[in-house]
Amino acid sequence: MADNKGVMIFTEVVEGKLAPIAKELLGCGRKLADELKEELSALLVGSGVASFAAEAIAFGADKVYVVDDALLKDYRTDAYVAVVEKVAKQANPRILLLGQTTIGRDLAPRAAFRLGTAVTLDCVALEIDTSSKLLLQTKPVYGGNAQAIFTMETSPQMATVRAKAMSALVPDNARKGEVVTVAAGLDAAAIKTNLLQKVVQEVEGVKLEDAPVIVSGGRGIGGADGFKQLEELAKLLKGAVGASRPPCDNGWVSDTIQIGLTGKIVSPDVYIAVALSGSSQHLAGCSGSKNIIAINRDPEANIFKEARFGVVGDWKKIIPAFHAKAKELLGK
Amino acid sequence: MNIIVCVKQVPDPEAPPASFKIDSTTNKVAPQTNIPPVISPFDEQAVEAALRIKDAKGGKVTIISLGANLLRDVVKKPLSMGADELVLLEDPAFVDGDSWSTAYALAIAIKKIGQFDLIFCGRQAADWDSGQVGSCIAEILGLPQITVAKKVEVVDNKVKVEKVTADGYEVIEATMPALITVSNELGAARYATIKGIMAAKRKELIIWKPADIGADTAKIGVAGRRTKMHKLFQPVREGKCEIVTGENEEDAAANLAKKLMEVKLL
Repeated sequence: MADNKGVMIFTEVVEGKLAPIAKELLGCGRKLADELKEELSALLVGSGVASFAAEAIAFGADKVYVVDDALLKDYRTDAYVAVVEKVAKQANPRILLLGQTTIGRDLAPRAAFRLGTAVTLDCVALEIDTSSKLLLQTKPVYGGNAQAIFTMETSPQMATVRAKAMSALVPDNARKGEVVTVAAGLDAAAIKTNLLQKVVQEVEGVKLEDAPVIVSGGRGIGGADGFKQLEELAKLLKGAVGASRPPCDNGWVSDTIQIGLTGKIVSPDVYIAVALSGSSQHLAGCSGSKNIIAINRDPEANIFKEARFGVVGDWKKIIPAFHAKAKELLGK
Repeated sequence: MNIIVCVKQVPDPEAPPASFKIDSTTNKVAPQTNIPPVISPFDEQAVEAALRIKDAKGGKVTIISLGANLLRDVVKKPLSMGADELVLLEDPAFVDGDSWSTAYALAIAIKKIGQFDLIFCGRQAADWDSGQVGSCIAEILGLPQITVAKKVEVVDNKVKVEKVTADGYEVIEATMPALITVSNELGAARYATIKGIMAAKRKELIIWKPADIGADTAKIGVAGRRTKMHKLFQPVREGKCEIVTGENEEDAAANLAKKLMEVKLL
């Protein structure tokens, strides 16, 4: 541990852009590195990703490790684990952070065990313990019913971080940093999985993660038809439609709009929760919303504990009346 | 096809949040009274994924579960759904581990079972939500992994998986043996059949202690943890909801719209 220094961020590039989670991690990593008085580095892995080094520096990195190789174009576990292992052994960071994303949750455990350390997935808070200097890793457990704080004494101390749990810095294009290129050195034969196809299930309208307003339905909506009403309301409010797990499991809506612990994490300005009870698993995905509006028949429903405003009653009566009044007030 | 599925007994995650309590003196979750434990739901769907492959290709499904004082009615459920064997790693020395020490015990037990083409796990357990035991078993056994699967098939001696991603899915294939973790998008697990329940009742379980699998006791359970838990707590919810009312539901709805307009949320 004594030889391990600095904070390293695995910075993902998605659809030709530095991912929002990468920027959030750099913001969080900068704070941790400053507290430790150590360096913040970024690790860029992929094909054609070298050009993002400057942006990683602008968002807080002192140094950027770039591993650019045609074999790294698509994420494949074996290849990426080998790269993380190689760079971590070369750079010896004290702390290594990844996003709790499709890639991060697959890559982090395996890379951690390969490096002889451990990882805590889906952290919502990270801080340095003043006495031990260890990283305190706070993570929701029991479906969000509780939170636990973990530490590890092996190196690097690893964690993945939930989307939107941290804030990015304002980018500073005048910041200077060093770029280090590392050869991937991969053996194609050691990559035992093969990506055959990527299927993107486009959802019409505003993307959930970017929507300022989300109208979300739960089990109480009762079927696909009910969600059509929520869609119309979302359209009026220039928002998107989400759902808790039961409507997805029942096939009323696409799995890709599931909000919660195992679905999407959202933090809109307004989250209108309709006929959903507010299970801890669901709240894990929406509790970052700035204002939750609850509509539920059961006055004891858990969602009212999270909400700023609420109406108790049958959504079938409330939604049409709310829609009509909102339309009138908005002058549409 | 020889298939192994790892399942975990957990407190029922569908229990009302109000029934969840922490014992602050022990830093542990207080046992829920009157709510029996269940197989972690993602693990049950992992059993389902295995049974679908058995239905298509034939073979044998072996369930493995780790714990202490496991309830027979709970851990036998996969047998009543159609699985063939049940192996319990049952000893106080196995419990309260982290992902690493739990996966170590499971991996060496799997080695002892011997022949396998596929290993299935749930994507994460409903208690600690760690989400890494599967990857760790794969790492220890040197297997390819495909995580968060919603469909699993065996085609031409390879396993073909639809993996859930943020905006859809990926189709990935791997050579076998391989380890797959399963997500809820796979669909509901089948019900137990009467015939299955009768067979499960009669089925003799295999129970292994640490010595039976040649486990290094320093690497299992609490002793083998790499992560230490400092604190377990329940975040305080503020609960300052303003309930908007009216003469009837429609009126309350209109008042809500007015209220949101007033505070500039519309």
